[in-house]
Amino acid sequence: MYRLTTRTRAGTATAIAVLVLVIAGMALPAFASRGVIQDLFFILTMLTLAQIWNLLAGYGGLVSVGQQAFVGIGAYAMFAGVILLGWNPVWAIPLGGLAALLLAIPTAYFAFRLQGAYFAIGTWVIAEVTRLLVAQWKTLGGGTGTSLPREATSNILGTDLIRALFSVREAAARDILAYWLALVLVVAVTGGIYWLLRSRLGLALSAVRDNVEAARSVGVDAGRIKWAVFLIAAAATGLTGALIFMQTARISPDAAFAVTDWTAYVIFIVVIGGIGTIEGPILGVLVFFVLRSALADYGSWYLMTLGLIAIAVMLFAPKGLWGLISARSGLHLFPVRRKLVGLKIEGGI
Amino acid sequence: MLLQTHGLTANYGQFRALFGVDIAVAAGECVAIIGANGAGKSTLMRAITGVIRNEPAMVLHRGEPIGALSSAEVMKRGIAMVPEGRRLFPSLSVEENLLIGGQVRKAPGPWNLEAIYELFPILRERRRNPGTALSGGQQQMVAIGRALMSNPELLLCDEISLGLAPVVIRDIYAALPKIRAGGAAIVVVEQDIGKALAVADRVYCMMEGRVTLTAKAADVSRQQIHTAYFGEAA
Amino acid sequence: MIWLDTLVQGILLGGLYALFAAGLSLVFGIMRLVNLAHGDLIVFAAYLVLMGVTLLGLSPWIAALVAMPLMFGLGWLLQTVVLNRVLGKDILPPLLVTFGLSVALQNGLLEAFSADSRRIPAGSLEGASLDLGLVTVGVMPLLTFASAIVVIVALNGLFYHTALGRAFRATSDDAVTAGLMGIEPKRIFAMATGIAMVVVTIAALYLGMRSNFDPSIGPARLIYAFEAVIIGGLGSLWGTLAGGVIIGVAQTFGAAVNPEWQILAGHIAFLVVMLLKPRGLFPRAVD
Ligand SMILES: Nc1ncnc2c1ncn2[C@@H]1O[C@H](COP(=O)(O)OP(=O)(O)OP(=O)(O)O)[C@@H](O)[C@H]1O
Ligand SMILES: [Mg+2]
Repeated sequence: MYRLTTRTRAGTATAIAVLVLVIAGMALPAFASRGVIQDLFFILTMLTLAQIWNLLAGYGGLVSVGQQAFVGIGAYAMFAGVILLGWNPVWAIPLGGLAALLLAIPTAYFAFRLQGAYFAIGTWVIAEVTRLLVAQWKTLGGGTGTSLPREATSNILGTDLIRALFSVREAAARDILAYWLALVLVVAVTGGIYWLLRSRLGLALSAVRDNVEAARSVGVDAGRIKWAVFLIAAAATGLTGALIFMQTARISPDAAFAVTDWTAYVIFIVVIGGIGTIEGPILGVLVFFVLRSALADYGSWYLMTLGLIAIAVMLFAPKGLWGLISARSGLHLFPVRRKLVGLKIEGGI
Repeated sequence: MLLQTHGLTANYGQFRALFGVDIAVAAGECVAIIGANGAGKSTLMRAITGVIRNEPAMVLHRGEPIGALSSAEVMKRGIAMVPEGRRLFPSLSVEENLLIGGQVRKAPGPWNLEAIYELFPILRERRRNPGTALSGGQQQMVAIGRALMSNPELLLCDEISLGLAPVVIRDIYAALPKIRAGGAAIVVVEQDIGKALAVADRVYCMMEGRVTLTAKAADVSRQQIHTAYFGEAA
Repeated sequence: MIWLDTLVQGILLGGLYALFAAGLSLVFGIMRLVNLAHGDLIVFAAYLVLMGVTLLGLSPWIAALVAMPLMFGLGWLLQTVVLNRVLGKDILPPLLVTFGLSVALQNGLLEAFSADSRRIPAGSLEGASLDLGLVTVGVMPLLTFASAIVVIVALNGLFYHTALGRAFRATSDDAVTAGLMGIEPKRIFAMATGIAMVVVTIAALYLGMRSNFDPSIGPARLIYAFEAVIIGGLGSLWGTLAGGVIIGVAQTFGAAVNPEWQILAGHIAFLVVMLLKPRGLFPRAVD
């Protein structure tokens, strides 16, 4: 009997390690300082965005430079839920995902008309248009933005419990809550992508990326798959955006729709870590964070260095740091490549 | 020797298409290369012209290794190709297609626009048309003319009769002696054995990436060719 | 009458956008490369011209003439050292490399010139205007528009009436067969990027003389340029001018209604054209 499997020993080890890490991560606020929690929140949300962009570009071949549209609209929808509808911020986060999903429909309809590289700039135009339109929304502060009202931030769902549990102040409790949600989100998104890639859809997706014509000839509808991936990615990005701005509790169009923060950084994380792998963004976000901490005092040198590193990586190690590591060691922590078990292939591939 | 290959191999990714091919072409000679579909004839042409790069010593031009040169560098040494499927430039007119053939290398010799229009008079009438608006036979004439414009020492013709009507093929083959008379050596890759043998001095037959027969065109028998083409004797 | 004035201003503004776009269009046409750093390269060239004016005391026009060969060399190097190595079937590597370049360039400029906005002094031309009876137009916008036309005529001449242009078109059609003609595609690409950078310098000159600039404005110029190229149809330089004019007119009309709507109106015009004519107004027959 032969069967097609993606299970490897490293994969099983990873599953156990992830479980331990998540449990430890949940318990961390009991020991860690507020600064550490904030750093971790930053790392986790950037990692979420990076995994999503990697799904789009690395697996789906959809190089979007307009993901800030979904971060921004998600964040603004959450603010609208709180300020206009009086919802609890936690309940308003899903609203962010929904708004991003809705925005993704016309965006996809429009951007999918553009081929290849032009798709990238097309998504950017949509993000700009969204930013400019949102800046006209006077009840949410127009071009200057607004803050979450005190009554909303002071009784975010669950913060009372956290305050009692860890005996911390209100703002710290909000950070802990946001951190927990970010942990849940990153596990859900990474796990979801992992599952997606191992499912039939993942197989279809790689067929589409590698060769649209061939994929069509074996009955894979490239258009439908691209739509599905784009919409899923948008919704997840919107949720992340809403969460990020729940933590900061302050929003403006320039911050929420920042191409640097939500797209440039994210692309660099994926490229440096290794595009087209789940391990890559994880490694990338760590490198990114270390660089950021080390170069924090050097202002624009930091971004310049990041840009140059990304160029160097594309030139000399197009599969990123993880590509170098896995080529050396043959290690795959999140195996998505299918291998045939039970059959020995002569003169193997 | 004008051109020689030595143990020439070529791969498409993992797939090996040539397994140590040795051929030689002397100056002014006409050599035919025949073989069934997929025998590796076009691959051989691509490997000689640098479209597929190799070890330097696998291809020799006047004794110098050229196997690792780019196709532009090979062409500048006087080796021009009429590629399989003609491959005219769609955004260029007929005349521009011809001109571009002699734009980078223009050695002294008999061939120029005027001489090509003499050789294929129909092209003069169609010279303002886009290259791809012509009939298949006329496109083939442009492709040959384009390769001649640099006055090459060696002209490689990959299946110039492919998909053309017999009368058209006759016209095109009628040009080959004139091209030889101009001093160029010619390699014709053909599936039409009769046509190939009629123009060539010598013939190589290929099968599955190897040369299976080398002979003088005048001496070769049907039986020999059949064996070289299909493997075991019929 | 105010509407006529707005229309004329918009058309003239379109000339500036066409200048932004011409280099982008050229490079895309020849090697299917979208250079995401195009806008930042324009800003870079503007600083180069500015340095010629402030440090060497040159007039802006002379400074631009001096900057052109430098920019050509930069483009040639960029293509040879970096971009040629990532061009291929996969569009991701060149996109990511030029995106990295964009960010690096922006921040390098920020480090070198600070975030202060600057302007290339244009002397008496700055406020000069011409009374055309029905409307009064600024001399500078008029010069910009005229330069756009000259650039497009020159590029078309190069493309369709020179041996180099023939090599450009052949390489764009089929790089492998161009190689069989003795043409080195990579060298052709380097030439093309070099020439695009000369056009970028001209665009930069007008950008810098007409308005303030700072290191952060590149991406917005890239977007206008991109919109003009797409509206016009890929590969058509006159189409690019038409595209620039459409964006320019939409922006001035938007601004006339409400100053906050200027940029938005331009983008919306682009989206509308895309919905009605997905391949642009003047698409190329062969592609
Ligand atoms: N671009 C390519 N990629 C992969 N394999 C190829 C490629 N081109 C040719 N091949 C394979 O290499 C082998 C030799 O092909 P080649 O085109 O050289 O044959 P040929 O003798 O010219 O045949 P034909 O008479 O059909 O032109 C064939 O098995 C073919 O399938
Ligand atoms: Mg062939």
